[in-house]
Amino acid sequence: MSVDILMPALSPTMEEGTLSKWLKQEGDTVSSGDIIAEIETDKATMEVEAVDEGVLAKILIPEGTEGVKVNAVIAVLAEEGEDASKVESKGDAGGQVAADTAPSDEGVDTETDSSEVEAPKAAVLSDPSIPEGTSFTDTTVRDALRDAMAEEMRRDESVFVMGEEVAEYQGAYKVTRELLQEFGARRVVDTPITEHGFAGLGVGAAFAGLKPIVEFMTFNFAMQAIDQIINSAAKTLYMSGGQMGCPIVFRGPNGAASRVGAQHSQDYSAWYGQIPGLKVVAPYDAADAKGLLKAAIRDPNPVVFLEHELLYGNSFPVPDLDDRVLPIGKAAIKRSGSDVTLVAHSRMVGFALQAAETLAEQGIDAEVIDLRTIRPLDTETVIESVKKTNRIICCEEGWRFFGVGAEIAATVTAEAFDYLDAPPARVHQKDVPLPYAANLEAMSLPNADDIVEAARRVCYVD
Amino acid sequence: MATKARSTKKAPSKTSKAEMLKYYRAMLLIRRFEEKAGQLYGMGKIAGFCHLYIGQEAVVTGMQACLKDGDQIITGYRDHGHMLACDMDPRGVMAELTGRIGGLSKGKGGSMHMFSKEKNFYGGHGIVGAQVPIGTGLGFANKYRGTDNVALAYFGDGAANQGQVYEAFNMASLWDLPVVYVIENNMYAMGTSVARHASETELYKRGISFEIEGEEVDGMDVMAVREAGEKAVKYARSGKGPYILEMKTYRYRGHSMSDPAKYRKREEVDDIRSHHDPIEGLKGQLLELGHASEDELKNIDKEIKGIVKEAADYSLESPEPDPSELWTDVLKDVEVA
Repeated sequence: MSVDILMPALSPTMEEGTLSKWLKQEGDTVSSGDIIAEIETDKATMEVEAVDEGVLAKILIPEGTEGVKVNAVIAVLAEEGEDASKVESKGDAGGQVAADTAPSDEGVDTETDSSEVEAPKAAVLSDPSIPEGTSFTDTTVRDALRDAMAEEMRRDESVFVMGEEVAEYQGAYKVTRELLQEFGARRVVDTPITEHGFAGLGVGAAFAGLKPIVEFMTFNFAMQAIDQIINSAAKTLYMSGGQMGCPIVFRGPNGAASRVGAQHSQDYSAWYGQIPGLKVVAPYDAADAKGLLKAAIRDPNPVVFLEHELLYGNSFPVPDLDDRVLPIGKAAIKRSGSDVTLVAHSRMVGFALQAAETLAEQGIDAEVIDLRTIRPLDTETVIESVKKTNRIICCEEGWRFFGVGAEIAATVTAEAFDYLDAPPARVHQKDVPLPYAANLEAMSLPNADDIVEAARRVCYVD
Repeated sequence: MATKARSTKKAPSKTSKAEMLKYYRAMLLIRRFEEKAGQLYGMGKIAGFCHLYIGQEAVVTGMQACLKDGDQIITGYRDHGHMLACDMDPRGVMAELTGRIGGLSKGKGGSMHMFSKEKNFYGGHGIVGAQVPIGTGLGFANKYRGTDNVALAYFGDGAANQGQVYEAFNMASLWDLPVVYVIENNMYAMGTSVARHASETELYKRGISFEIEGEEVDGMDVMAVREAGEKAVKYARSGKGPYILEMKTYRYRGHSMSDPAKYRKREEVDDIRSHHDPIEGLKGQLLELGHASEDELKNIDKEIKGIVKEAADYSLESPEPDPSELWTDVLKDVEVA
């Protein structure tokens, strides 16, 4: 009986990878625990160990193949006594077997959804702040963030980055890749796992005039440090009557990753958005991520910079412009429309753009606003849009109660009441800790369909 | 590693008359200032939390004598003494206590939240223990910039139980940061005695597992403080890393103004006041060594009272902040390149 060797999933969010090297060749004997191949994910190069014993009968995916889906059959193992030349794969070869852990049609594999969003490209291309004739380079959000840090570190000696695994490991999510090589250990500092301590240390360094970029491996862990972020970083300027300053960036992935459970999946936009003295940025695409992170690093105030793990690997066109710094506090209209306004930030922008495409097919012309910054909130852009569309859906990945959407709905109600043709609606995570089970996780998180449904409701279509 | 220094009551010969008189004045200023603050609190002119430093004057005075330009100081909420020791304007400190525009934070910070970039005083922090990682960050900045400056991070015996203190110890030792941790052990974390709140009551040993040198010091003797402080600061300045000084000290007043201090006996306070008072101790030495006469010391007292009175007057005359100040200093303006 032959055994199929499958492309393994090597991280919670991995969907495909490059089979970079075979360490065993056809005909080689393989024992359990042998390293048979090297696989490169977007985060790291990993070794694949054999689980079963036998003879490597057939290599179905040659080394150097990119985009091999998780669970695709990459080789076939002949078991003892079997004729290696006659074995055949039982599964689908050639990288066609995509990961499909979703038990229902809706699919939990939401990363695929967002990575397939095509709409933003056109929207970015039409950005009026980019001169006509500018060329673009497709860049992942991960690399855009890295480029922003590298550019600012070249520009300003007082900028340094610290956090867990940022240096030698090259970043837990590879966002700080190659920074150690360029800037050295003095400016790319691996910390112990001690969020409260190093956040406070960063605040002290900022008080002393340095410009720390403090990376939290995820914002879930920043709860350990939230006292330093709020009580020390955000409030000291005010409490000192303007004497002190805390030019610091707290950054890292925020929100739900994939199947990592409740403690590792929370959106903190509303938490930090409530605090005077902080700026809170939550970009969606790579160009915004880069331009806004550069702005955050230069900002003389503490900035909480909320990234999204499920966007790190997504590519977007980034304008080939030197030193493009975007204004913090300015939303972007990512799609123009006249019937309903969809307000979103971070990963929800992708769903809003998807929803807008679906709605367009149904004759509803949606405008999509990417808030980009949670604090200060660009209420002007939102209100101007509502005055045009008369309807609004507030979309966020976080919980509903006291959320970003609640704030926007209240603002719109107060300042554009007479323009509203329907009560503001909200799309958000269900009011439960994020479950682990694939089906429940999918039910809990908001998606494009939820936005479509809400939009149809406020347009009184259904 | 951690050592218990013998208490030196005798003035080391290297201390000059001028230095001793300077410490006397500095301690007396803190004492009289705090007494006045207590009085103004009683009159309702100062509100909220007000933690007086009376009894602990030798600690900050002795340590300040070990510093040079550019060295930084950070502490918790019992911070008036530190600010006066840093040569911050007593009028600005007192006016902050009364919540007036002439206060060091324009009346927006209060007793626990004052700062001076000019004097390298980094607060004034109201969250117990928070200043320890921040102070470690000041040391990090010194090392990053390649200066030989040292940061002093003061905290109390209560804060010594906070987790973030040990996170900071670990990084400071790991990276050899120039920080001197000054634990002001005044025997009580609010109302809980050290014996009731600490499993290891010898707090200078708290750095042992981080390989940080620690020393116990008689914090009621300004000379002993200075001697230990010089050693610790020199150590940190030379790039060897952090150092811990546990200052055995005592606060005469309650934890804050609203504390009736029922957790200790009146006799305990009286005993320390009459036998270990840092100001009386130094006064005795000055007289004994013939560095000053009773009259001369009385004149200093009079002069200090004048400074404190002026500060109090100023703090009551200075107006409350303009309502427009409500909205200022929340964020710094972004410079447009």
